[in-house]
Order: sequence, then C-alpha cells, then structure tokens
Amino acid sequence: MRRTAQAMAAVIFSVGANSSPAASQGSDALIADLSSREIAITTGFAGTALLLFGTVDGAGDIVVVVRGPKRREIVRRKQRVAGVWVTGQSVAFDDVPAFYFLASTRPLNDIAAAAVFAPKRIGANNLRIVPVSRADVGRTGFRRALLRNKARNGLYSENQGAVKVKGGRLFRTRVFFPSNVPTGNYAAEVYLLRNGVIIGDQSTPLVVRKVGLEANIFQFAHQHSILYGIIAIVIALGAGWLAGVVFRKA
Amino acid sequence: MQIYLPIAEMSVNALLLLGLGGGVGFLSGMFGVGGGFLMTPLLIFHGIPPAVAVATEANQVVAASVSGALAHWRRRNVDAKMGVVLLVGGLFGSSLGVWLFTILRDIGQIDFVISISYVLFLGVVGGLMVIESARAWIRSRKTSAARRKLHQHTWMHGLPFKMRFRTSKLYISALLPLAIGIFVGILAAIMGVGGGFVMVPAMIYLLGMPTSVVVGTSLFQIVFVTANVTLLQAINNQTVDIVLALLLLVGGVIGAQLGAIFGARLKGEQLRVLLGLIVLVVCGGVAYNLIAVPADPFSLAGIGSAR
Repeated sequence: MRRTAQAMAAVIFSVGANSSPAASQGSDALIADLSSREIAITTGFAGTALLLFGTVDGAGDIVVVVRGPKRREIVRRKQRVAGVWVTGQSVAFDDVPAFYFLASTRPLNDIAAAAVFAPKRIGANNLRIVPVSRADVGRTGFRRALLRNKARNGLYSENQGAVKVKGGRLFRTRVFFPSNVPTGNYAAEVYLLRNGVIIGDQSTPLVVRKVGLEANIFQFAHQHSILYGIIAIVIALGAGWLAGVVFRKA
Repeated sequence: MQIYLPIAEMSVNALLLLGLGGGVGFLSGMFGVGGGFLMTPLLIFHGIPPAVAVATEANQVVAASVSGALAHWRRRNVDAKMGVVLLVGGLFGSSLGVWLFTILRDIGQIDFVISISYVLFLGVVGGLMVIESARAWIRSRKTSAARRKLHQHTWMHGLPFKMRFRTSKLYISALLPLAIGIFVGILAAIMGVGGGFVMVPAMIYLLGMPTSVVVGTSLFQIVFVTANVTLLQAINNQTVDIVLALLLLVGGVIGAQLGAIFGARLKGEQLRVLLGLIVLVVCGGVAYNLIAVPADPFSLAGIGSAR
C-alpha cells in the first residue's frame, strides 16, 4: 500500500457533516480518553500534542479521528493576467472542519472496506465538502485545493500506523495541534474495528480556546474596537515620545 | 522565544521580530523615513496575514514618526499651516483608503492590490531617487553645479483657493496640498506605510517647498494620518495586533535613534543612493512574487485574506 509510509505526513483530508457517535455508545469493548480536555492558547503557545489513550477488549484495529469546529472556507485561485498573478475565481464551502486529524493502527484499506468508513466520513475518499453554490459542485479542483492547503497549514493530517497497541489491550497515539490551531469545540472519535466491521466507538469532547491575556486582547479588539484602536495609538505615541526623550538626554 | 499573536492568530519568534523592528528602525532613522514600506512586505513574507500586517504597521509608524516629528517641531522645521492642509486631505484619503481596503478584502483582491501598489510606487520612487542622486553626485564632483530655478510657473499656479504659507514662502492653491494629502492617505491605508516616500518628493517637486521644512511637515502629518488608519482598521477590520505592534515598535524606536546617529555621519547623496537601492530591492522582491508561478495557485481566505 502506498499510504503505509505516510505516517505523520500531512495528507489531504477533510470531513463532511460529522456523524459523531454518541459518547460511550454501544459495547464496553472500547474505553478511551485524552490527556487533557482543553487546549489553552496562552502567550507562549507554540502548538501542542495531546495523548489519546485507552483500552480495548481483545484484538482489533483502532482508528482515531479528531475534528474541529465547522466553518465556511473560501478557496481562491490565482490566474495569470498580463504576466502577473491575480486572484480569479473562488469557491465557498460550508461545514468545513477547521481541523482534521486521523490516526490508525494500520492503513485504512487494510482494516476494512471503503463502504465501512464512508458513512462515518473517515478517510480521504469519504469526506463530504459541499460548495455553497450548486453551480460549483463539479469543480473538484477547488475541493482538492482546500484539502491540500489545509494539510500544508498543518490543520489536516493523516497518520496511518500511528496508533500503537500494547499487549493487545492498551492503545495510544499522540494528536498534534499546530500553533495556528483554530479555537472552538472539537471531538476526538475513536473506532474499534474487528474483521472489517466497526464494533465499538466513543467520542470525547475537547475545547481549544484562548486564555488569559491573549483571550482578553482578542475579545477587547472585537467588542470595544474604538477603545482598542485608541489604546493602540496612545501606546505608539507614548513609546515614540519616550524613545525621543531618553535618547536626547543620553 | 515563541510568542502567540492574538489577532494574527499565529505563533512567531519574538526575538526575530524585535530584531526585524530594530533593523528596519535603524534604516528608517538613518534615512529619515518611516520604514513602513520595508516592514509591511517583510511581515507578509514572514507569513503574517496581509490585512494584519498593513493595519499593525500603520500603528507602528505612529511610534516611529512621533519622536522625529517632535524633534522637528522644536527646531521649528514644521510648516504647521501646510501640515494641517495636507492633514485634512490625509484624513479624508486614509478613511477612503480603509474603506477601499475592506471592499478589496471582501472580493479577495487585497493581496494583489497591496503588491501592485508596492511595485509601482517603490519602483518609480526608488528609480527616481537613484537617478537623481547619482546625477547630484556626478554634479558635485564637477565644479559647475547647475542650479534649479526656485520657482517655475505651471498650470498648477492657476488653481483657485490660493493660500499663503509663510514658513514655506509659498502662495499656492490649497487644492494642491489637499490633493496630495488625499492621495498619500489612500496609499497609507492600503500599503501600511506613512507615505513619506511619496509625500517628501511631492512636497519638493510639486509644491516647491524648501527642503528644510519638508521632512518635519511630512512627519507631522504622518503621525495623524497613521493614527487615523490605526483607528479605522481597528474599528472596521479588527486587524491591529497590539502584541505585534509592541514587538516591532520596541525594536523600532531604539533602532531609529541609533540609525539617526549613524546616518549623520554619511553624506546626503550617499544616503539617498543607498535608500534608493533598498527601495528597489524591496520592489524587486514584491514584483518577483507577483510574476513567479505560485507553488500552489489555490489559497484559502484567512484572516483578512490568505497569505
């Protein structure tokens, strides 16, 4: 399988509407949790990794999918006009997950048939990204470009083979969140498959939010934008004036 | 040392930005320019969303120009009346510019307009600067220096609403500085610059102001115009990143003072040739990005617009 070697490589993904399974649905064959239910974006935030771990009852394959909040995304294409590259056509997509991460014990093709993953929207070929305008449905180049750009920004990734199982019972994988991780509500879905069938699943919520100074500045900029602008100007005036005074005396 | 920028929503190296601010500040102090035309493209190259780079740089230029403006004011190198007329145009122009910026951002053309503005204005100004100062240099080596006429009468002197500007020893139509103010204001808003590199030549060659008051008057109105841009960008687009601005202006104000001391040791012509060359290099860099085949012609619209 070509995909085998792609652990940690950012590959093109996305999901459509997320049919996230209800928390601890079905059998007790699968129990999973995250090392933290919250990612706090602070002043020193430079990306982070969470540990997703759990136990399974007996043999099987594990597939982990972490999905971020859904957003509208606009994909723009540059085209050459008179020798320079100008923004040309654009296509808007709705319900695009801002973040998508997949990890599995083996390549998906080896675990089960595509028809098993399709309804759960797991894997590159099963993602549903729908253009806002019906006229844009046939323009698959824009859809591929969306996935490619998301992967390049580190927001979509596929890590087949990254879930490690110990003693046939304990499993774990690391979920990486880059520094540009979007804020919002996330869900970490874990699926247990045996003999090509999903026999257990679980979904764990996760929140990514700005905290402390970062959160305050962002909120202030949006809620009191006039005052924010004035403060920015006063700081600049003060700093410039101070530097002038200090250096004149020196 | 990584630091997360709350508005740009990305993590950057704080020391790198301090250094960048210091370096550009040094050059701006040395040449007596705001430095916005250098900093904004550098920020965009660094991956800061253009909308954030332009708005934040306007904020930084406020800091960069205020100490210079104050120094010139104390030395009475500011034509306050001319400054106010330019400023009226500048406030109107920069408001118009921010409005245009928002529209261009919404239709996805702001990146292109920023780039093409840089190529056009930096190309023309840098080219003229190099040619002019190279000539001056050659002239100064020969003994006979051809003098420019102090006053040349053109159609511009037939315009109505004449005003007397005593400090500049001019009696010209107020429409002229008003129009220059509007034009530079639009540029300031769209390019994230103070506009000194357009304002100063316009004052010298179009208005015929004495060079002694040109820099001070230009700085005087730049402080207010960039403050206006900062405020309007903050209100309309929420793209002023205070953390980024702080990093840049700490390095910038210190660098500018050191640059001013260093610049005093160089000759005027040498300074202008150097500055002209730097302007042309930046112009070339932006032009290359506009002409070269992009690695991926598709991009996502992010904050303001995608990088």
